[in-house]
Amino acid sequence: MSSNDVTHHAADDHNHDHGDDHGHHGPAPGLMRWVTTTNHKDIGTLYLWFSLVMFFIGGAMALVIRAELFQPGIQIVDPMFFNSMTTMHAIVMIFGVVMPAFVGLANWMIPMMIGAPDMALPRLNNWSFWIMPFAFTIMLSTLFMDSGGPAGGWTLYPPLVLQMGDSFAFVIFAIHFLGISSVMGSINIVATIFNMRAPGMTFMKMPMFVWTWLITAYLLIATIPVFAGAVTMLLTDRYFGTSFFSAAGGGDPVMFQHIFWFFGHPEVYILILPAFGIVSSIIPTFARKELFGYDSMVYATASIAFLSFIVWAHHMFTTGMPLAGELFFMFSTMLISVPTGVKVFNWVATMWRGAMTFETPMLFAIGFVIMFTVGGLSGLMLAITPADIQYHDTYFVVAHFHYVLVPGAIYSLMAATYYWLPKWTGNMYDEKLGKMHFWISTIFVNVLFFPMHFVGLAGMPRRIPDYSLQFADWNMIATIGAFGFGFSQLMFVYIIVKCVRGGEKATAEVWEGARGLEWTVASPAPYHTFETAPTIEPSTVTR
Amino acid sequence: MTSNVSRWALLSLMLLLVPFGASAEWGALNMPQGVTEISNEVYTLHMRIFYICCAIGAAVFGVMIYSMFAHRKSKGVKPATFHESTTVEIVWTVVPLVILIAMAIPAARVLIKMEDFSDSEMSIKVTAYQWRWQYEYMDSGVSFYSQLEPSHNEARQMGSDVDLEATFSPSRKRGDSEGGVYLKEVDNELVIPVGKKIRFLHTAADVIHSWWVPDLAVKKDAIPGFINENWALIEEPGVYHGKCAELCGRGHGFMPIVVRAVPQEEFDIWVAEKQLAMASVSEQADRQWAHQELVSVGEKVYQANCMSCHQAEGQGIPGMFPAIGGSDVATGSIDKHIDTVMNGIDGSMMSQFSEVLSDADLAAVITFQRNAFGNNTGDTLQPSHIKSLRNGVDIRAPESVALLPDTNTTTGVN
Repeated sequence: MSSNDVTHHAADDHNHDHGDDHGHHGPAPGLMRWVTTTNHKDIGTLYLWFSLVMFFIGGAMALVIRAELFQPGIQIVDPMFFNSMTTMHAIVMIFGVVMPAFVGLANWMIPMMIGAPDMALPRLNNWSFWIMPFAFTIMLSTLFMDSGGPAGGWTLYPPLVLQMGDSFAFVIFAIHFLGISSVMGSINIVATIFNMRAPGMTFMKMPMFVWTWLITAYLLIATIPVFAGAVTMLLTDRYFGTSFFSAAGGGDPVMFQHIFWFFGHPEVYILILPAFGIVSSIIPTFARKELFGYDSMVYATASIAFLSFIVWAHHMFTTGMPLAGELFFMFSTMLISVPTGVKVFNWVATMWRGAMTFETPMLFAIGFVIMFTVGGLSGLMLAITPADIQYHDTYFVVAHFHYVLVPGAIYSLMAATYYWLPKWTGNMYDEKLGKMHFWISTIFVNVLFFPMHFVGLAGMPRRIPDYSLQFADWNMIATIGAFGFGFSQLMFVYIIVKCVRGGEKATAEVWEGARGLEWTVASPAPYHTFETAPTIEPSTVTR
Repeated sequence: MTSNVSRWALLSLMLLLVPFGASAEWGALNMPQGVTEISNEVYTLHMRIFYICCAIGAAVFGVMIYSMFAHRKSKGVKPATFHESTTVEIVWTVVPLVILIAMAIPAARVLIKMEDFSDSEMSIKVTAYQWRWQYEYMDSGVSFYSQLEPSHNEARQMGSDVDLEATFSPSRKRGDSEGGVYLKEVDNELVIPVGKKIRFLHTAADVIHSWWVPDLAVKKDAIPGFINENWALIEEPGVYHGKCAELCGRGHGFMPIVVRAVPQEEFDIWVAEKQLAMASVSEQADRQWAHQELVSVGEKVYQANCMSCHQAEGQGIPGMFPAIGGSDVATGSIDKHIDTVMNGIDGSMMSQFSEVLSDADLAAVITFQRNAFGNNTGDTLQPSHIKSLRNGVDIRAPESVALLPDTNTTTGVN
């Protein structure tokens, strides 16, 4: 096991740093440390705290939605505000929670995983973070403006979205800045992975998390500008008299949907590929067995990314596409289940005949595999076009994408947090509380989302503030689940804060079965790691 | 200690599932089988893919769960060292592919059938508005609007104290899949004959909507500037409910669809009655109405068409929907008022009512608005004036009809 050699090497570096007392080695004191920082760990921390705060803002919006849907009839909010909540909840959760959290993890972990001292473009890194709080301040402020927040759904379909008042301009402006932030973050990640790998760290020695992020970054760079173009056309249609999407002026409202989903479908893989990487790191650790089929995992990820560009119109089967288009998009969509299935089978094969223990990160990772698969299977059902025409725009779809995003993407983020928290803080989190957090969340998340399959199949459309009486019982159950799930996330905050403040000291390796360079540096990870690149021998275990 | 947590949690998860499984009354669980050949085939596809997914899930989760119990460190097992096998990878790539092909063939077959619009025997144009449907029978010239039954409007206001259960489903068993009529009834049902292939042509006047009737397995977006096709052939008479499925603004949850399929003879009688009624509506515009008559008809029209935004007392919602009580439009120039109601306001949620309401209804609702909510203009607007505006004839302008923009005939499409 030459991973021990690397441990020594890094520990020497660490001691060396302490002896060598140069000012630039430690963080700047005070608040300005966070404003001016170019350190990948500081910026990663900023991203992660930011997304945690946004998680509660987006979650509060979800609770407004669920509270209104607790009973039939309108009890709490005006239907217009309800529509703002569904729209804003999606925007916050996608652009403010899942994406920044993955970027935060990329910042923290990618340099440590590939033996780099920092990200390739540290100042750009600072900038791409600090744009986000301002962009979201603008975005959220529209809720307090006279014309209200965006209420046409996060998909921003014209002509409905163009009925919005003048806060529309603020929404578009904020989306542009979020897009700039994402593209800069992605360029930084690509540059880091290509240029900063330690000698001997070949592509096929990179951990899956690095691979999935490399591919995700390309998806972002390819699709965010498309989205930016689409919203700019909306802006000119609204304010400058163009008619890109207005049939009366010779434009085409369906074209917006094509452009949007050309961005939107790769976007859903942007929200899940890094999660695949996280789970591919955690399961081998706690199964004490190398990831099964590493090569096929890499190829499967690349295949999913490629296919994600040629399936977009499966969101549009009811718009009146020609038959040939419907057939093509049905077949290409079904095809995606093949590489996704390969991934799930590989995770199961990794667990098979391992020696498993079930610490909190492993629980969340297994929860991810099971519940993501539930969402994946309902996705396969959605691919069958004739059936999709019935499912489309119902709660069945809501159930589907929440299964892949909440016990999917969000669970992977929680798994990652518990997995790397000892490395970040130097302290072990409270294992007993962590397990309770997992079980309570898992019970409530299913109470919340499983009934949505039923009401959706029985005919309840999405995005409605009030519903017929036959949907009342399951909606009440779902709302109970929502409040249970929402409030149990306060435990997550408590566990994190408790861990940051102290606890049992973590070793460098933290987990018995952990592999990879990040476990060779001390816990907490020193402010600067791998200032001298470690040497990776062909036999060194790096993933 | 920690495994106690897990055990306790698993137990409570199971306890929580008991009431779900034990209850037979939670009716609304699955897709309806529907009443057309297509809807039955869609249902069959749905169930087939569902069982395939269940089988895949059972296999994958079964292996995982077995592994989680058998391959634990606490049982003293030593981890195996295998970590790749090209054969296995090929197997679990090819097997799913074969399953997919087996599924894709019947799906494509049904899809091709769904998209075959040929040999239709009757066409109905369905135009979507915020928030109502217009049905135009291309063959008989019958045309009318269909929206949420106005008796539901009070119940769906915020803070309404209407008992939904008692009002809309007096005798139903809780959880009955029929589930009462709240938000499911319309003022004018779409009536169609059984045994005929009916082609629907979908379009929209403002934003995108989607016409969805689950029992017919039809859902098609209504898009401004586009005409989409759809068809259904219903064998058995019955009443089938549907909803708008595409977010279309504040009233999206409140634009139901009711399709009543009747035998051909009954349908023919219905068409004749509708044609008579349409003729009498146009006669109504020619006679002189009393002020009080206009106000009382106008109140009903207001409740059905205006109240959901401008509210029951005409107070509006600040920042979103202007008040009518004391507003400049409803107390100022009547020409401006007529223009606003008939032609709407571009770039806002105020839609055009010139096509939606009859001459009499327009005159009545405008008269009502000018004499209600503290507006005491004393104005009376006669239906004949609206009719003359539509025809572009200026017979007796109360003030200055010439100020009205000449687009007020509104036959043009914007």
